[in-house]
Amino acid sequence: MSIELLTLIIGGLTIGAALMVVISKHPIRSVLFLIVTFFLISSLYILMNAQFLAIVNIIVYAGAIMVLFLFVLMLLNLNKESEPNTPKIVLISSVVASGILLLVLIAAFKDSIHLSHVHLPTEKNIGLVKNLGDLLFHKYIVPFEVSSILFIASMVGAILLAKREKPIID
Amino acid sequence: MNAIDPTFATSIDFYVILASILFVIGAFGVLIRRNMIVLLMCIELMLNAVNLLLVAFSTYYGKGDAQIFVFFIIVVAAAEATIGLSILIMAYRNNKATDAGLFKNLNG
Repeated sequence: MSIELLTLIIGGLTIGAALMVVISKHPIRSVLFLIVTFFLISSLYILMNAQFLAIVNIIVYAGAIMVLFLFVLMLLNLNKESEPNTPKIVLISSVVASGILLLVLIAAFKDSIHLSHVHLPTEKNIGLVKNLGDLLFHKYIVPFEVSSILFIASMVGAILLAKREKPIID
Repeated sequence: MNAIDPTFATSIDFYVILASILFVIGAFGVLIRRNMIVLLMCIELMLNAVNLLLVAFSTYYGKGDAQIFVFFIIVVAAAEATIGLSILIMAYRNNKATDAGLFKNLNG
């Protein structure tokens, strides 16, 4: 099987899984299809020689964030079709609006950059740990440290928000 | 653009179109769904579309800088999911549902 055919098949499967995330009624099924989508996107990363990023994508997205979503879904016992049906007028207008958005995006990309039939080069060691770590810890060291402050802030905020408030005694 | 061309799948055009379609699917989900947890998942889908495009251009130009930006996007997505889910838990405690329309009770 050629690599072009493989890329086409994985791209089509990615679009199908992403559509199933949106369409399926059960939230649990949406989460599981989103995990499938992340695995397919990771395989596209591997096809583009971004090996380390593919592994990080699987570990962080499919392993941590999606497990967080699943935890919340099962903790709140939301695994039922509690959602009211979308009104038909909203559905039709959403389809039209997203279709127009897709049209505008593709038209803008095609007119602004003429990249037809420019193939991806096969540089093999861009996505490896050595190159990325060198970039991250020399050129982008300040954003790296700032992101740790962001994480601490979000951790404190999550604990503060999800903590049960004490009843006010008056 | 000729889709019949067998080398189309390895050109940058394929990844531009694929990322656009994924982003539009995420936006479509935000428009039609009412469940807040599914809305957060659609936002994750849109972020992943952007990540895919960044990695494609990183490989195309042969530089690793865009992949570092993907790392930072993953960091921001993790922080955003944490805060969003804790807000969702609070909203669920108050009115026992996760419908996004319930937030209209918040205007004073």
